[in-house]
Amino acid sequence: MIRVHNLVKRFGDFTAVNDISFEVNKGEIFAFLGPNGAGKTTTIKMLTTLLRPTSGTLELDGLNPAIKKHEARQRFGIVFQDPSLDQELTAWENMELHGMLYDVPRKLRRERTETLLKLFELWEKRDGLVKTFSGGMKRRLEIARGFLHTPKILFLDEPTLGLDPQSRNQLWTQVKSLNESESVTVFLTTHYMEEAARVAHRIAVIDHGRIVAIGSTQELKEQTGTESLEDAFLALTGASLRDETATSADQMRQVAQMWRR
Amino acid sequence: MKAIYILWLRELKRYVRSRAQIIASLGQPLLYLLVLGFGLGPVFRKAGGGSYMQFMAPGIIGMTILFTSVFSGIALLWDRQFGFLKETLVAPVPRLRIMIGRTLGASTVAMMQGTLVMVITLIAGFRPSSLVAIPLGFVFMALIAIVFAGLGVVIGSSLKDMQGFQLVMNFLVLPIFFLSGALFPLENLPRALTVATGLDPLSYGVDGLRSVLIGVAHFGVAVDVAVLASVATALLCLGAWRFSRIEA
Repeated sequence: MIRVHNLVKRFGDFTAVNDISFEVNKGEIFAFLGPNGAGKTTTIKMLTTLLRPTSGTLELDGLNPAIKKHEARQRFGIVFQDPSLDQELTAWENMELHGMLYDVPRKLRRERTETLLKLFELWEKRDGLVKTFSGGMKRRLEIARGFLHTPKILFLDEPTLGLDPQSRNQLWTQVKSLNESESVTVFLTTHYMEEAARVAHRIAVIDHGRIVAIGSTQELKEQTGTESLEDAFLALTGASLRDETATSADQMRQVAQMWRR
Repeated sequence: MKAIYILWLRELKRYVRSRAQIIASLGQPLLYLLVLGFGLGPVFRKAGGGSYMQFMAPGIIGMTILFTSVFSGIALLWDRQFGFLKETLVAPVPRLRIMIGRTLGASTVAMMQGTLVMVITLIAGFRPSSLVAIPLGFVFMALIAIVFAGLGVVIGSSLKDMQGFQLVMNFLVLPIFFLSGALFPLENLPRALTVATGLDPLSYGVDGLRSVLIGVAHFGVAVDVAVLASVATALLCLGAWRFSRIEA
């Protein structure tokens, strides 16, 4: 479903993604783990047509997203690291807007919106403005929205960041059930090892723009001779802290958080 | 079409729901209108210019449309880093349509805000020369709205962060307002100022509004329409190009 071959992305002198290759099978839940600044989000941005790769090839459902942008975009859904809902609209209106952008026929759009909002326990709140929602509700709405146009692949970039354990647990249960019922391929990144161990069929560990290991949780533990995925992760990536330099986006993110109460 | 419509509708819904913001953004035009209108009125009359309120009201309407349009362009910058814009950028919709939807929305909102201010000027004592003048006024209001919504898109998709915002405000938007002849007649100005006001697209917008509303023209309606239409076309093309180059 996803095929990445010798992918490289450079920003000036800095190499964010350094010659990575991997494949994700149809219907699989694939996790991308890595410390801050490892290149996870950059990879997702290239897969989702938001960034052009410096070199290497990409394939989504047999299409190159760098060339067949439009066709590729119809095939995936994405939940970004930063919220991308319209806060001034209601849950229902956000779904409608998404459905119209993806040209989902009216009847199907209404039906799927209802099913998905019910599944993510937002149906009662469908007429509430998104700005009045809790962090967990916003995340659920974003994921519901990502499924609306029945994508073949769903990208989740740190979807559980800042959520409480209850919300995280529920969210993964719902994603898993949709993965099974609609056989959607899920590509996710997270910082929570136990989540990756729980939901992902296979895991790739990325560090300094390179994939350092790839396999199931069991394989990663065996490969490193460790007891848990967390230990395996630390064995693979080392214990040193990663300090990213703050970009203008990070500064704005701080301001945005202040404004959001 | 669906995409353009829904993005246009989004701008409208956001506008109607932000009541506090609507009222807040009426403060500035109201201040100009009442303080300058009544404050400078006597001097203006003594200098033989007639009623300053009559003269200034079209300028204040133009100013409102300028600010509202440019700001919605700058909201693009905010939407872009954190928010909703990404959702539209990964959607299977050509960038051009996204930009058209947003720009139409921004222009409509600016027109509505301009209409509100027009109502206020009418209450404050502004009297257009005839009733036919008002629909013609809307034509110029629409032209001004499209020109500056286009400028807003160019700015919004060119700035990297909010720090650039003050710069744009002080060195672009405010000069456009002050040099537009919204507050003073364009006749008998020093040479440098004549050139600067002639280069300012809002001058033609305000002049057009003034011609149709009170029958006082500097450039003439034909020139006004021609200049506004060409500037709008140029800015929309530039905006479409800048917008198509956004990488998240």
